[in-house]
Amino acid sequence: MKDVILNNISKTYNKGTVQAVSDVSFHVSKGELFGLIGPDGAGKTSIFRILTTLLLPDSGTASVNGFDVVKDYKTIRKNVGYMPGRFSLYPDLSVQENLNFFASIFNTSVEENYDLIKDIYMQLEPFKNRRAGKLSGGMKQKLALCCALIHHPMVLFLDEPTTGVDVVSRKEFWEMLKRLQQQGITILVSTPYMDEATLCERIALIQNGSIMSIDTPQNIIAQFPENLFAVKSGNMGSLLQDLRNTEIVKSCNAFGAYHHITFRNDNQDIKERLIRILEEKRHTNIELKPITPTIEDCFIKLIEEDEWTL
Amino acid sequence: MDTVIHTNKLTKRFGNFIAANEITFDVYRGEIFGFLGANGAGKTTAMRMLCGLSKPSSGTATIAGFDIYKQTEEIKKNIGYMSQKFSLYEDLTVLENIRFFGGIYGLSDKQLKEKSAQLLGTLGMVSEAKKMVSSLPLGWKQKLSFSVAILHEPKIVFLDEPTGGVDPVTRRQFWDLIYEAADSGITVFVTTHYMDEAEYCNRISMMVDGEIKALDTPAKLKQEYAVTSMDEVFYELARGAKRRE
Repeated sequence: MKDVILNNISKTYNKGTVQAVSDVSFHVSKGELFGLIGPDGAGKTSIFRILTTLLLPDSGTASVNGFDVVKDYKTIRKNVGYMPGRFSLYPDLSVQENLNFFASIFNTSVEENYDLIKDIYMQLEPFKNRRAGKLSGGMKQKLALCCALIHHPMVLFLDEPTTGVDVVSRKEFWEMLKRLQQQGITILVSTPYMDEATLCERIALIQNGSIMSIDTPQNIIAQFPENLFAVKSGNMGSLLQDLRNTEIVKSCNAFGAYHHITFRNDNQDIKERLIRILEEKRHTNIELKPITPTIEDCFIKLIEEDEWTL
Repeated sequence: MDTVIHTNKLTKRFGNFIAANEITFDVYRGEIFGFLGANGAGKTTAMRMLCGLSKPSSGTATIAGFDIYKQTEEIKKNIGYMSQKFSLYEDLTVLENIRFFGGIYGLSDKQLKEKSAQLLGTLGMVSEAKKMVSSLPLGWKQKLSFSVAILHEPKIVFLDEPTGGVDPVTRRQFWDLIYEAADSGITVFVTTHYMDEAEYCNRISMMVDGEIKALDTPAKLKQEYAVTSMDEVFYELARGAKRRE
């Protein structure tokens, strides 16, 4: 059973001069936690707006719960929850008033679906009389999620819910999503943070309006075409330059405490060769080890391949 | 080592609320200094004081050698500032933005002419000079915005989450610019939510509940907390925070 289906969806802006979404097709199965992973301007928000019936595609078809996003928009609106990237609640209504308001719009009450939001709402309860505009970032995010859930939607659309949020709040938010998923809600979530990709069941990596890869995070990582190594030395700045200027190194990217590299010809003694080269360039405390790629490695690889074919 | 930022028990109160509580630290010339903290920890308040935009309640500080109470105008001339939220004027062209910000920072017409030609060349944006900034991809805007912030060769550049939302390749290109600036002697004071970027800093401070709870090199912090990534250091320090956004 597929809850969300997109077939060859395209969308342009400014009289066709800006291609926001380009021939995108994918589906989200019932109860799945699916992630759209990509930077700003990749087309994530346009896709969300098309699926929530707020924007018409130029071409292609899409459906949610079996309903067409163009023909059956009224039905879809009743059955989905949408948390836009920008805080869109009423800043001059209190926490409780916002929640009651959204419940009444959907002809329901907070009590009716309280079970679904209980975990999250309990953290908000001490501030229930505070105006939404006066809440902190993390609290606004929790309230927006409650409001998107209050009518017990079958599909939940979350557009960059963790952007600009610190590591601790991000972790908590993903734990909430996992719990919602266990209650059978289908979730489509977008994020610019590559490290959040592994928390989804399946992901689509998206850049410049096109999908570069769709699969489980594990499979995308397994498809990384080369052996990847992490390198470190006493001087990371000059190491980056030296690696980029070394013939046997194919690609080199800074990755926190290490630089990640691939080799042009990956043979048995290539590691020793590189270490010798780096020693000649007076690097000290050299460490070189094979590693498993992250989703970010895969994303960079796909962007670079894209640039080759252009 | 030249000290370019020196603070001693710098404090900012809003009524009963202590946004920044006796923060004391030094930042040295040419250093890349990562200023981290949970949402609501007081980073923005601290940064506004350091830029001469907000008067401290107590404590002392000098920025680029200038007093934080009395010489705020000198401070502003000697720093650059860039944030993701406010960077360039979208409805001015690339060249107009460069001239506008350069002019505000007090460059002469002759300097402006030279500098803008040079900048467009190094950024590879010569053919974009007369395009509206709004038409540029986000990554280009950020690179341009950073270059404009250091056009007047400030002593310190403050970067408030400069790389939010860009793709991982562009994000790394942006850090190349940061390294270049630091090599030329500009001190870089940067906030970020990307923990891999914390690793690129020479030293890191971590703010929790208005106080600086940790300050050291990434390597020493990881050692101290017996973890392997800055992500975990951050988590260890921030999860106990009482003040959270």
